[in-house]
Amino acid sequence: MSTEPNKANTLTPKERMRIPRQDMPEQDPNVRNRNFDEVNLGFDADTAVQEGLRCLQCKKPLCIDGCPVKIKIPEFIQLIVERDFPGAAAKIKEDNSLPAVCGRVCPQETQCEATCVVGNRFRPVAIGHLERFVADHERESGKVQLPKKAKATGKKVAIVGSGPAGLACATDLVQWGHEVTVYEALHEYGGVLVYGIPEFRLPKKILGAEIDNLRNMGVNFVKNFIIGKTMTVDELMGQEGYDAVFVGTGAGLPWFMNIPGENLNGVYSANEFLTRVNLMKANNFPQSDTPIKIADTVVVFGGGNTAMDAVRTAKRLGAERAIIVYRRSEEEMPARDEEIKHAKEEGIEFMLLTAPTKMLDDGKGWVKGVECLKMELGEPDQSGRRRPMPIEGSEFTIDADLAVVAIGNGSNPLLAKTTPGLKINRWGNIIADAETGRTSKKGVFAGGDIVTGGATVILAMGAGRQAAAAMHEYLETGEWVEIDG
Amino acid sequence: MYTITSAEFIAPDVKLFHIKAPYIAQKHQAGQFVILRVHDNGERIPITIAESDPDKGEIAIIVQGIGRTTKELNMKEAGDHLQDLVGPLGTPTHIEKWGRVVIVSGGVGTAEALPIARAMKKAGNHVTSIIGARTKDLVIAEKLMEELCDEVLITTDDGSYGIKGLVTTALEPMINSDTPPQMVLAVGPLPMMSAVAEMTRPHNIKTVVSLNTIMIDGTGMCGGCRATVGGETVFVCVDGPEFDAHQVDFAELRQRGSMYHQQERQSLDQFLERCKLESASSEDTTK
Ligand SMILES: Cc1cc2nc3c(=O)[nH]c(=O)nc-3n(C[C@H](O)[C@H](O)[C@H](O)COP(=O)(O)OP(=O)(O)OC[C@H]3O[C@@H](n4cnc5c(N)ncnc54)[C@H](O)[C@@H]3O)c2cc1C
Ligand code: SF4
Ligand code: FES
Repeated sequence: MSTEPNKANTLTPKERMRIPRQDMPEQDPNVRNRNFDEVNLGFDADTAVQEGLRCLQCKKPLCIDGCPVKIKIPEFIQLIVERDFPGAAAKIKEDNSLPAVCGRVCPQETQCEATCVVGNRFRPVAIGHLERFVADHERESGKVQLPKKAKATGKKVAIVGSGPAGLACATDLVQWGHEVTVYEALHEYGGVLVYGIPEFRLPKKILGAEIDNLRNMGVNFVKNFIIGKTMTVDELMGQEGYDAVFVGTGAGLPWFMNIPGENLNGVYSANEFLTRVNLMKANNFPQSDTPIKIADTVVVFGGGNTAMDAVRTAKRLGAERAIIVYRRSEEEMPARDEEIKHAKEEGIEFMLLTAPTKMLDDGKGWVKGVECLKMELGEPDQSGRRRPMPIEGSEFTIDADLAVVAIGNGSNPLLAKTTPGLKINRWGNIIADAETGRTSKKGVFAGGDIVTGGATVILAMGAGRQAAAAMHEYLETGEWVEIDG
Repeated sequence: MYTITSAEFIAPDVKLFHIKAPYIAQKHQAGQFVILRVHDNGERIPITIAESDPDKGEIAIIVQGIGRTTKELNMKEAGDHLQDLVGPLGTPTHIEKWGRVVIVSGGVGTAEALPIARAMKKAGNHVTSIIGARTKDLVIAEKLMEELCDEVLITTDDGSYGIKGLVTTALEPMINSDTPPQMVLAVGPLPMMSAVAEMTRPHNIKTVVSLNTIMIDGTGMCGGCRATVGGETVFVCVDGPEFDAHQVDFAELRQRGSMYHQQERQSLDQFLERCKLESASSEDTTK
């Protein structure tokens, strides 16, 4: 169903809106819940053009208001319609350096697609799928355009952490002619993108290609290097001669629920469960050396993306039953809509308005079930979501031989503890100016989850880019403005 | 790549490695460890730093070949490389002048005890080392300990060397003497550490143990290393590895330590099988 390029500009808004939203081709749910290959297969060029035609090319595009990094959405979509796919890629990259990632993991339904006007009467333009198409098309064409680099400034910048915040910050700074080195604690680069988000949602080769691009642009990468342990921030700025440092160390320390039995064998944090599979390839055991418990029934506590990733991973590892236990209702679930939909299609069970109170011991130190309480929703709490309240006498037990706690993360204190003059708030997050990422320590900037607490890939990237702009200015002028607080 | 500069067996299945790691050597303090991977499909395992030489830019580790990864590691020779090496991790040992300090160690725990003994001695303590082993051949680092400590006692289960019995056999008379230690530090297998804790508990002697849990990242990110100390959950890689022995829930540690026994067995068997096949086929080709 290909559309002539010249027809594109003659369609009326009515005609455009009459085109149905194009569906993303997917692996069959009953096949994909047994493999780790990517679920979404991607648009082909004709489908992308067809979907692009649905865009009304608004004079005041509301979608852009919904995008945290203000991608020029109608412009890149117009380039798709004109079949100038490299041009579309270049347009997106003016504002977002990791479109292949963001097209896959951004919560579009609460961002650009939430504000798209087509969505008032029909389903919004599939902006995320189009972003993904453009990025994949560029990568697969083998003709990735690397941005031109400015003349070397002679300034050295260290980036701590290779998550989306650090990578985005590095991309801009290297373009502007600074010498950039990224330090990473783990043995692979990408932060949550490599150890947290599973292959079936974000294939590692896509992330790998992005890292390679950065390398080709001249960014240095150093792994197995923990700032605060292997070397301190002060040493980076002293003996190592860095002129500025960006801290993008992400969320760390997984929270537990503080209920009895949480340290039984077979109870994991989502971070551990996902890291074993994604980073350590435990799904290939014994070909890879890291083991993971294989279970018949897995319960996962939480309602975010992390919980969905964990429960769908459990299913793929062979669980007969994989169950989400969440104390609020589906409406309050922070996970992306698509993940919830995919999870349901894959046979994941949802036990909503349910809270665990106790993990049960099989007598040999292994978890054999969870005791739960039914909840009802009361008045809204500070987060604006209705607070779940236990229903008396509603106790019941779920039999399970593996349990995963996915209720969020605190902040990792390793770096802050060893960096005098770097202020943190009472939750351990680094205090940084929201516009510039400047911290209380001269020359040190921060952004991403370490500043905001667990948030999103795009917010982390946005923070990395804002900080890059402020760092560039600082490196050029040497002017440092103290932050309040 | 992290280059092994020397490798030698110092006891059956126990190998001493020196590894080029200038940054880690620079920063290492007593009680800290590294996490390493042997190859690209390898697991991440924590190993205590036995010694560091900032001038040469080297660290030393002592490895007992028990499971798949440690056996594979012990096949490495000088000039070989490790896939990954990161550190120094963990909170350093709290060093102060206690007066009399007894450091109890078993197995490769003695390697870990070396820098602690050195630091305790430097802080002005009278330091006694008790080294326990199953049998004479397995006693390691005795000479090094003798250089560092005021007194070294050896115990062997079979009586083939030193005092016949367990480390507690040597510890007990010290605790009951007129000059009991102010501080006891135990590093080694869990049963040994828990026996030491039980022995000092009634005497209210400050006792510290160094926990060796399963770990992945070693930075506080996964919680796989958690233990219960004083009724609270701790992350051993960042909050430890050393804790007040009288507060540690040893039963839970034993239980968590056994989590992957079956898979560890499977992984080791597969590895040994492969080694057998490889050596058989290399014999074939030499015939
Ligand atoms: C399982 C899971 C699924 C998610 N799914 C989504 C999703 O679908 N969509 C979405 O938008 N968001 C999602 N998120 C959230 C998103 O991944 C994070 O908000 C984002 O990755 C934060 O980026 P960051 O760069 O701040 O930190 P991170 O991605 O956490 O990266 C920090 C990096 O710094 C390294 N580091 C830490 N300390 C040091 C140190 N001292 N020295 C050197 N290196 C250090 C860490 O090892 C890590 O690699 C998900 C999160 C998880 C856990
Ligand atoms: S709001 Fe929707 S229709 Fe309007 S420009 Fe943005 S994507 Fe196109
Ligand atoms: S090893 Fe992961 S938190 Fe300690």
